[in-house]
Amino acid sequence: MTEIFGVPIQALMGQLMLGLVNGSFYAILSLGLAVIFGMLNIVNFAHGALYMVGAFFAWMLLNYAGINYWLALVIAPIGVALIGVLIEKTMLHRLQQLDHLYGLLLTFGLALILEGIFREFYGSSGLPYELPQVFRGVFDLGFMMLPKYRVWVIVVSIVLCFFTWYVIEKTKLGAYLRAGTENPNMVKAFGINVPLMVTLTYAFGVGLAGLAGVMAAPIYQVSPLMGSNIIIVVFAVVVIGGMGSILGSIVTGLALGLIEGLTKVFFAEASTTVVFVIMAIVLLIRPAGLFGREK
Amino acid sequence: MKRTFVTSAIAAATAVFLAGVSTSAMAQGKLSGDTLKIGVLTDMSGLYADYGGPGAVVAAKMAVKDFGGRMFGKQIEVVNADHQNKPDIAKNVTQQWFDRDGVDMTVENLNSSVALAVQALGKEKNKITIVTGAASARMTNEDCAPGTGIHYLMDTIALSNVVGKAIVKDGGDSWYFLTADYAFGHSLEKDTSEVVKAAGGTVRGAVRHPLATGDFSSFLLQAQSSGAKVVGLANAGGDTVNSIKAAAEFGLTKKQSLAALLMLITDVHAIGLNTAQGLYLTEGWYWDLNPETRAWAQKYEAEMKRKPNSNHASVYSSTMHYLKAVQAAGTDDTAAVMKKMQDTPINDMFAKNGKLRPDGRMVHDMYLFQVKSPAESKGAWDYYNLKGTIKGDEAFQSLAQSRCPALKK
Repeated sequence: MTEIFGVPIQALMGQLMLGLVNGSFYAILSLGLAVIFGMLNIVNFAHGALYMVGAFFAWMLLNYAGINYWLALVIAPIGVALIGVLIEKTMLHRLQQLDHLYGLLLTFGLALILEGIFREFYGSSGLPYELPQVFRGVFDLGFMMLPKYRVWVIVVSIVLCFFTWYVIEKTKLGAYLRAGTENPNMVKAFGINVPLMVTLTYAFGVGLAGLAGVMAAPIYQVSPLMGSNIIIVVFAVVVIGGMGSILGSIVTGLALGLIEGLTKVFFAEASTTVVFVIMAIVLLIRPAGLFGREK
Repeated sequence: MKRTFVTSAIAAATAVFLAGVSTSAMAQGKLSGDTLKIGVLTDMSGLYADYGGPGAVVAAKMAVKDFGGRMFGKQIEVVNADHQNKPDIAKNVTQQWFDRDGVDMTVENLNSSVALAVQALGKEKNKITIVTGAASARMTNEDCAPGTGIHYLMDTIALSNVVGKAIVKDGGDSWYFLTADYAFGHSLEKDTSEVVKAAGGTVRGAVRHPLATGDFSSFLLQAQSSGAKVVGLANAGGDTVNSIKAAAEFGLTKKQSLAALLMLITDVHAIGLNTAQGLYLTEGWYWDLNPETRAWAQKYEAEMKRKPNSNHASVYSSTMHYLKAVQAAGTDDTAAVMKKMQDTPINDMFAKNGKLRPDGRMVHDMYLFQVKSPAESKGAWDYYNLKGTIKGDEAFQSLAQSRCPALKK
């Protein structure tokens, strides 16, 4: 068998595949962050917590109301989006004229509160969420066993990412949004309800996080800590991709998943650090990120 | 306003009077401070918070309450702190406790990196430190602290002895390890490897993952391609839970078997029986062993709304043993209390004829359990079938084998 640095090529293929799955989660989450930052100029630190809330919604729907995975996939993100509307209308809205730092502090505080509430009621080791029947089992690819559910994760995330990118970059609605960020007063003058657009954009961004939460529920433990475990990496992804760049966050999310996967084979101990090393290097060479434009 | 003042004044006077009476009635002993202070140091909010956490604080408080709440007429106080799994935070807190706050003893101290730091500090400051949740056998070997450090619940040697031997005997003779990359994981991997090799098995390799890793699939794939019959999980808490879930998802359990080397009932609860059924594991205690354990678990559940694990039970037992030793010694002087703790066998709901050795190891029986299938289980927390009781002397390393330098003449 051909080997690269002592690792058989087939094993490597398997690892790359898994990297792609993790990258898919990074991509969906960082996409939401990028949309919110790009359109609203808010550094949304509550993103991880809302991802966790999405997973908990799915768990609650199943265990308290008997509502299955497919419906949860629709209901939970809407629920999270509604929380988003609430947060934007009652709190974030008031910080619009202030420095980024205030929004960051507010959302960070919200994240801690949400996490604390769920920890109080559900403990820290988390809860199991059963895999939907259709997805049980694995595809035998010859070089690896690939669980069906993980394939689903990749498909959904790619569709979602493309959809979001298309809406923002190629449609009229997207054009309004981008214009609203550049010059809100001018866009208002054309009779467009900018505050409503801002609220809906925030809701859409966190709704994506909620969706990622539901997607993650069957794979990981539904745990209050799941958000804070992933959010720091996701922020690194956004920074590397270039703050606010939609395409950047998608490409970087997937790429970092792959790089992390490779690190797990060659130097497992560093697998949680590698993302930050890359971030440091990128910031030294291109301070605005790979896809970012300097203003 | 005035009346309440008078009432409280009378109440206060009565309290002082009563306190005076009880002091004179129990004047056999003396404390160095105004109170006897017990510090519970644990992970209150991270991945080990269910393993120890608030439950450990409740267990220590239950021991104090059952003891009567007072020592030689003075208050017994329980304080706690969150070390966030960081040895430097743990060290700062403990230092402050010992130097400034008059804490007499610390208990729990989960996470081996934390436990090693705290035990070293206890040795330096001559204060008793009781480790229950952490498992590295270094605590009573290379880094032992005879005279101050106590290792109460289990250690990596006992864990590997019980589960490792049982699995090799069952035919699982080639192993691959998934190891948490810190003191505890390294100890557990090393000790289990020794047991496996001694029993005629082989070790194919190991992969070391960072603490609190989210996704284990990549490591499991490596374990899968190793071709080993048994994948040993030398990790704990949330890491073990996520490893087992991913193993089930990737169909690893069809060709290979999993050995969770350190897993408590709270972890089984988190995974659910569907995924966890059939796993072998070892614990020093289970709530459903006998009427005594059930009675204690019920009291605990009334406070915590969930069943205790062996770590919670051992926090209660060790705190109670300490309090009784202080009472019997008539002082909170470290050497005198430690002597009493070693001289008195431990007989309570946690251990029968438990014995505290000079190297700090508390020797007691260990149990081999198999996780029930959902059909066998009668409900939440009814999770274990008892597969065997291993006598303390067999499970733990003997005193003669201990590598503790201070005990070598």
